[in-house]
Amino acid sequence: MQLEQTVKSLPHEPSPEKIRDQKLYKEMGLTDAEYEQIIRHLDGRLPNWTEVGIYSVMWSEHCSYKNSKTLLRRFPTQGPRVLQGPGEGAGVIDIGDNQAVVFKIESHNHPSAVEPFQGAATGVGGIIRDVFSMGARPVALLNSLRFGDLKNPRVRYLFEHVVAGIAHYGNCIGIPTVGGEVVFDSSYEGNPLVNAMCVGILSHDDLQKGIAKGVGNPVIYVGASTGRDGIHGATFASEELNEQSEEKRPAVQVGDPFMEKLLLEACMEMVKKGLLLGIQDMGAAGLTCSSAEMTAKGGQGMDLNLDLVPQRETGMTPYEIMLSESQERMLLVVEKGRENEIKEICDKWGLPSAVIGHVTEGNRYRIFFKGELVADIPVQTLVDDAPCYVREEKVPAYYKENQEVRPEEQVAQIDPEEALNRVISSVNIGSKRWVYEQYDHMVRTSTAVRPGSDAAVVVIRGTDKALAMSTDGNGRYVYLDPEQGGRIAVAESARNVVCAGAEPLGITDCLNFGNPEKPEIYWQLSKAIDGMADACRALDTPVVGGNVSLYNETKGRAIYPTPIVGMVGLIQNREHITTQGFKNEGDVILLLGETYAELGGSELQHVVTGNVSGRPPLLDLEKERALHQTVLQAIRDGRVHSAHDLADGGLAVALAECCISGQKGAKVQVETTLQPVVHLFSESQSRVLLSVSAEQAEPVMALARANGVPCARIGEVTGDLQLNIEVNGETAIHRSVEELTKLWEEAIPCAMNPSSDSTN
Amino acid sequence: MRFAVTIFPGSNCDIDCIHAVEDVLNASVTPVWHQESDLSRYDAIILPGGFSYGDYLRTGVLASFSPVMEGVKKAAREGKLVIGICNGFQILTEVGLLPGALRRNSRLKFRCNFQTLRVENARTPFTCDYEQGELISIPIAHGEGNYYCDDATLAELKRNNQIVFTYAGENPNGSVSDIAGIINREGNVLGMMPHPERAILDWMGSKDGARVFTSMLQYWKENCGAA
Repeated sequence: MQLEQTVKSLPHEPSPEKIRDQKLYKEMGLTDAEYEQIIRHLDGRLPNWTEVGIYSVMWSEHCSYKNSKTLLRRFPTQGPRVLQGPGEGAGVIDIGDNQAVVFKIESHNHPSAVEPFQGAATGVGGIIRDVFSMGARPVALLNSLRFGDLKNPRVRYLFEHVVAGIAHYGNCIGIPTVGGEVVFDSSYEGNPLVNAMCVGILSHDDLQKGIAKGVGNPVIYVGASTGRDGIHGATFASEELNEQSEEKRPAVQVGDPFMEKLLLEACMEMVKKGLLLGIQDMGAAGLTCSSAEMTAKGGQGMDLNLDLVPQRETGMTPYEIMLSESQERMLLVVEKGRENEIKEICDKWGLPSAVIGHVTEGNRYRIFFKGELVADIPVQTLVDDAPCYVREEKVPAYYKENQEVRPEEQVAQIDPEEALNRVISSVNIGSKRWVYEQYDHMVRTSTAVRPGSDAAVVVIRGTDKALAMSTDGNGRYVYLDPEQGGRIAVAESARNVVCAGAEPLGITDCLNFGNPEKPEIYWQLSKAIDGMADACRALDTPVVGGNVSLYNETKGRAIYPTPIVGMVGLIQNREHITTQGFKNEGDVILLLGETYAELGGSELQHVVTGNVSGRPPLLDLEKERALHQTVLQAIRDGRVHSAHDLADGGLAVALAECCISGQKGAKVQVETTLQPVVHLFSESQSRVLLSVSAEQAEPVMALARANGVPCARIGEVTGDLQLNIEVNGETAIHRSVEELTKLWEEAIPCAMNPSSDSTN
Repeated sequence: MRFAVTIFPGSNCDIDCIHAVEDVLNASVTPVWHQESDLSRYDAIILPGGFSYGDYLRTGVLASFSPVMEGVKKAAREGKLVIGICNGFQILTEVGLLPGALRRNSRLKFRCNFQTLRVENARTPFTCDYEQGELISIPIAHGEGNYYCDDATLAELKRNNQIVFTYAGENPNGSVSDIAGIINREGNVLGMMPHPERAILDWMGSKDGARVFTSMLQYWKENCGAA
């Protein structure tokens, strides 16, 4: 091909002049200023249709983080164990013995809102590719889901099909879905959240990067052929949902987990043979984003010939090929001359593959189609020079009004036993068995703690080690106070892995917020990031990767700001693996931490008032850190039979869960100056419930004292399957564990089957 | 004793089965790619679980046309031990080594949990380490485990003691007569929906599945000679 070619426009596409005059770029989500910027980047030339498409997806929030980039810089991303922080497919943390853990969480909210099954399924597929594109073998999946009220049939439909979609993908590809969380709240009515996390394990030598380097080296396309599905998915993900969103259904991709299984195994073979110089998933913005990011990272140029791209539909235009988000595709760069070794592996697995271009000198990103040059862009303008906005922040009116609210007064009239009945049978607290039984959580035979405890635990074959993992987030707290809520999200997920016997290593986060162009929303985002960053620093858990999902709004109403934290912890010895259920009759129950009148944003407040208000619990990071040290030390010393974090529903719910999980009873006495119901359902932070043998009670209490952690002996485990809680010497709750189990187990099945309810 | 584990595109319990043979028996085990058809070197063949060929067309049906299935059929004719677990069971019914078929679970949802099974026949090469009527705990993980056969076949299965495992208590998938696993008339080909390879060590929550493997080794030692 000639070196100096002029960029062509295709006859049936709008001409560059028409795009300018009719402002067609706006349909792709670009502003006037951004369009002007593109022209400057092209030295005054008007971009053609394909080029505008390429810029629009690369500069979408989903790919460029243009609204959040400056805020994200506040996160601590370094640490002695961090091998790879944000910027690649997934974060990588050293776990010793030349091994590392690789993990990332990502949202698929908008696709799931319009096409729940495929939206959720492809969310899982995408995050798995992010992990194995690092050279890691995926070993576990988790997810974090938010839906509206299950009384709404549309919400039941979304819930049912999101879960089925996740199950379909994870089960088929053979990676266990070991944990996660589901919360129902009307703020997510039209805009559910579907965040998927994948965890993988890697030998240090196998670590891969998404980079294109070495002039003349071939660029190889591997995986499913390209169709018209998912065009402009990244742009769709970066705008608010509205009545027209249903029409965006074609922007949702269709997943094929079987194809991804083949792609996974083929890529693992390539990694083991050391064939790859660079590898990147074709995820959001498909071929465009993967090739442009790899090129920019390598500091070189790239020529792509779209005629060579495997295509499943005829007559596709360069615009469509570049912007397609067809699933199960990878882009590779290998040393020249090794193309055949790649092809042999792909042929073995029955995968399409093709050399579609090569790395070039300079910085031009050039696309050829039927012999014509159809895009010619300085590559760094797509990636490094993407726009970056600092928005206006404003404290919302509701935040100030909430200062006056006294949540404990709203619930003062409720009898504690009635409160427990209502809270334990709420769909937020009730068992999630209905969900996780649909997921294969045992394939790969490494799941040591299955779904239903504070954190899931996966053992690492050939070692004594295990990984604990958890996803957490509380949109209500973040809504009421983003900074405290942000801290709590990190602290609670860390507490969960600590209760499993693990040292927290680091986090990946998914920031689900509304429209950042609204000052109140930007304030939520900014404050939540401050709180999370504080907690990450205090707990030594750097942020090694993540994802931002903005514009989560329907009809102008934003979701609760919902940062989700995916935490991974390391268990040094499998004997330290600890679960939440009470184990033995006669064990002593210890409560670590302090209880205050903190019911703002609590499950009890929500159940009683149908709303949340006031201030959320306060979190003292020093106390949190001391608590973690104490619990972990006690577990490592072999003194702990069960550990459970106090979270939604407070002490009463935590006790009930320990009884239900272990099928044991408990006799508990607490002393308090608070009202019994307030004390039992307060969601004060930095609290953990331990059960230990009678002879270990004193040593554990001494350890807590030494660390400055308040620790109270509040009762003992019984064999009679009764939960008996006395407050200040008077019975507050006396329920049979059998009845509680029934309420807890049936919460979601009943809500999903409302017709059977009405016949009662 | 030499084991083979067949691998089809989309198999995903192959590694688990290999680990189970290694961990429980410390025996030789070889992964065999679906395009190989010579299985003469092996004494026992495991068809693992997963989604061979993505379950396209119908579970197990595309795998039943793989070259390796010729080797499996030959091994079965020769009286070698063949066990199909989950998707492996589905393939064995498709290829005609076992009667009946596996339909979608009656509740139309994938289901993964521990199940209590009853050992209905402890005199097979796969169950001789169990007690007759023993209750054991082994996980299931399937969307299409609802075993079906017509009344005549069911009567024959019962007459010949071919029902090896049943679900005790709750039937998770609607299978006929609570069937969880059956054996062929000759007694050397077993198909079962539950996953014994997922219950071999204490930390897995049960090790009741290990005896499927120890039974095979014991049978082979007694009937086929040296270790």
